[in-house]
Amino acid sequence: MSDVSFVRTEMLPEQAPPASEVGLIGWIRHNLFSGWFNSILTLVSLYAIYYVLSGVLPWVFQSVWNANSLNECREIMMATWGSTHGHACWAVINDRWLQLLFGFYPSHLYWRPIAALLLLLVALAPVLYSDRLPTKMLIFSAIYPFLMVWLMWGGTIWGPIAAALGFVVGWGVYTLVSKQLSGLFGLIAGVAASVIWWLVLSSYFVGALDSILPIGIEAVQSRQFGGFMLAILLGVVAIGVSLPIGIVLALGRQSDLMIVKYLCVGFIEFIRGVPLITLLFVASLLLNLFLPPGTNFDIILRVMIMMTLFSAAYMAEVIRGGLAALPRGQYEGADSLGLNYWQAQRLIIMPQALKISIPGIVSTFIGIFKDTTLVSIIGLFDVIGLASAIRADTAWNGIYWELFAFIAALFFVVCFSMSRYSMYLERKLQTGHH
Amino acid sequence: MTTLTDPPKEQFRLSMLLYDTRYRSATIQVIALIGFMLLAAWIISNTIQNLEALGKPVEFGFFGESASYDINQRLLEYTSQDSHLRAAFIGLLNTLVVAVLGCITATIVGVLVGVLRLSNNWLVARIMTVYVEMFRNVPVLLWIVLAMAILIEGLPAPNAFRGDNPTATMDLFNSVAVTNRGVYIPEFLFSRSLGDIHLFGTSSLRFDISLDLVAFLVVLGGSIFTMRKVSAWAADKQESTGDRPKIWHIQLGILFVPMIILMAVLGLHLGYPELKGFNFRGGTHMRNSLIALWLALSLYTAAFIAEIVRAGILAISKGQTEAASALGLRPGRTMRLVILPQALRVIIPPMISNYLNLTKNSSLAIAVGYMDITGTLGGITMNQTGRELECVLLLMLVYLCISLSISAVMNWYNNSVKLVER
Repeated sequence: MSDVSFVRTEMLPEQAPPASEVGLIGWIRHNLFSGWFNSILTLVSLYAIYYVLSGVLPWVFQSVWNANSLNECREIMMATWGSTHGHACWAVINDRWLQLLFGFYPSHLYWRPIAALLLLLVALAPVLYSDRLPTKMLIFSAIYPFLMVWLMWGGTIWGPIAAALGFVVGWGVYTLVSKQLSGLFGLIAGVAASVIWWLVLSSYFVGALDSILPIGIEAVQSRQFGGFMLAILLGVVAIGVSLPIGIVLALGRQSDLMIVKYLCVGFIEFIRGVPLITLLFVASLLLNLFLPPGTNFDIILRVMIMMTLFSAAYMAEVIRGGLAALPRGQYEGADSLGLNYWQAQRLIIMPQALKISIPGIVSTFIGIFKDTTLVSIIGLFDVIGLASAIRADTAWNGIYWELFAFIAALFFVVCFSMSRYSMYLERKLQTGHH
Repeated sequence: MTTLTDPPKEQFRLSMLLYDTRYRSATIQVIALIGFMLLAAWIISNTIQNLEALGKPVEFGFFGESASYDINQRLLEYTSQDSHLRAAFIGLLNTLVVAVLGCITATIVGVLVGVLRLSNNWLVARIMTVYVEMFRNVPVLLWIVLAMAILIEGLPAPNAFRGDNPTATMDLFNSVAVTNRGVYIPEFLFSRSLGDIHLFGTSSLRFDISLDLVAFLVVLGGSIFTMRKVSAWAADKQESTGDRPKIWHIQLGILFVPMIILMAVLGLHLGYPELKGFNFRGGTHMRNSLIALWLALSLYTAAFIAEIVRAGILAISKGQTEAASALGLRPGRTMRLVILPQALRVIIPPMISNYLNLTKNSSLAIAVGYMDITGTLGGITMNQTGRELECVLLLMLVYLCISLSISAVMNWYNNSVKLVER
């Protein structure tokens, strides 16, 4: 019995894994050099990174920031590094960055677009964070469009107030008439009242109040708008106005009313089938022909109208996607509660459908925002138009890359952060379903 | 005993148009239609009044007039004496050229980037992410203008190729010259050419079709048809005997032998570009404007396609791959028979809309001076004749037709690969 071989009674302590499998070395082996093909890919990528960075980094950092013209820039480069090649002349940005951002907006009024942008964030907050902020803040969101117009264009305060009063008048007439008669009559009467107010009465109202109480700020002409500010303005107006139009179009496209449906389908497919540039041609050349003789409103407003129609068609498709994603049971549930069409839309369908389509709405916004650069083709001074204008100046004639790099960086920062935000929203919304 | 009686028949009253759901939808539709027609009539009457005031009645006679401007990048022959209609036609072909080229390269680059973004190689995946984010978040117009600037500023001028010690040399065995005036590539020439067919006589839409090209297409079609027959024969053989005969060398022969014979018969040779005087002669000249537009549009769209491809591949659950390997399929076949057919269903619809976007974005050619339909019909023709209404409406109509046909073709394809459900 005593020649039993040795049997271990306790576990051996765990050994540390080999150094080549864990830590930095292990990670590199697994992710960069896991096979001959991967190793080649890694080496090629490393060379590509080195090649790009060795060209770009000296250009960006060994650069001239203070000079009054390209020639002066080149002289400084010659004196410092002995060559003009491979060094950026950021002096042009240093010299003209305000113009690239604001166009020809009067420089002592720069606070107004900045204030409008900051207030936009305040107005958006209760919409985006509806669960954390009080609903009362939505009142400010409703006031904001009129406030923005007043801040940007200036002039008397009574103009925007009169425009806002048009909605109040319409709403008042609608509630009055729909109590007395029916909802449909109320709607027609309300719309008619608003239109009469805006077209006929509001000018007297503004004139009268302006002579009694002339409250106003310095007016700015539309043709002074430009630069990156114009891109933001066009993008925000187009998306803001196109959202309600897009909802109506999407509902129209989904509806059982055949004529309404085909009108909506026709509009959406027409707009989506033509390039934005042709719609901008319409804005700059044809829109005045379509309106009564003698009407002449400025090009920025015309471009806004066409951009809004353009984004409304895309918005309608995004919202239609949201509507289609809702399960059938939601519609049936609303029906079984006895809600009518508009009540069901307002209380059950739209809150969910819009929530689903937020990522799509954000990416439409990014698209529209990038497309605002097209207005440079019809002669507006947005960033790209201003870049050409700066190049036409004798001091900066022949400068390309610095301007392009600056413009690309501006767009990249805004668009990239928006797309990240929409991805965050997507993730946040997805957790609800699982 | 009770008797059933019909409910009293309601008299039709006018108010039922509003309150009765049976009639209300008709009322709303009629109101919408009347409203739409009123709006259309209002716009049309305004337009007529405005045009009368300007003294420009709507007419299309200007299309027959001489265009008197030149189009430097073109597929068909065109001189400045040709009509505006001919110019618009050349422009339309140019639009289609850049759209087709762009779609092909965007698909290749996009699929490659999309697959590489999923690579196990951390570095490659990151680089591809940077590429995608860089291109997606900067306006395409900026990319087009930037590409044009790179081509003009960054490439050597033709005279850099001159002399005993040139600073620039031609690429690919002295056959391709990349200069700041465009790229010169070799062209196909036939010493025993079959000639051309001239379609539509001398009208503005006249169109020459090279019979050599037709011959090549016919031979290629015949070869592909025979190849399919051969592989069907091989499949039959496999089903009856269990052995699949080796056919790949037969297939290669069928594909290439007739083609090589035809080349020899027609006397195919390449015409190389040569430096003569201040510029290159011979070969095919692709202008900077075309290359810049093509490059920018395809790289921009490729970033979007890459995201679509990535999402499509990620959408196929891992269980599919595992099930395929449990069945004993090799990785290549797993990809071809299991993953791809399913991923394609997810990928194709958004891919279609990206092809459409590329085609529509090609209208930005006007920014670099490439004469596409926007540059001819919506650009110089419109400015010369002052016919804004006619030109812009026709331009929109042309784009609408292109978009609708692309989506029709692609939807047909999509329906053919779609999962057939109950």
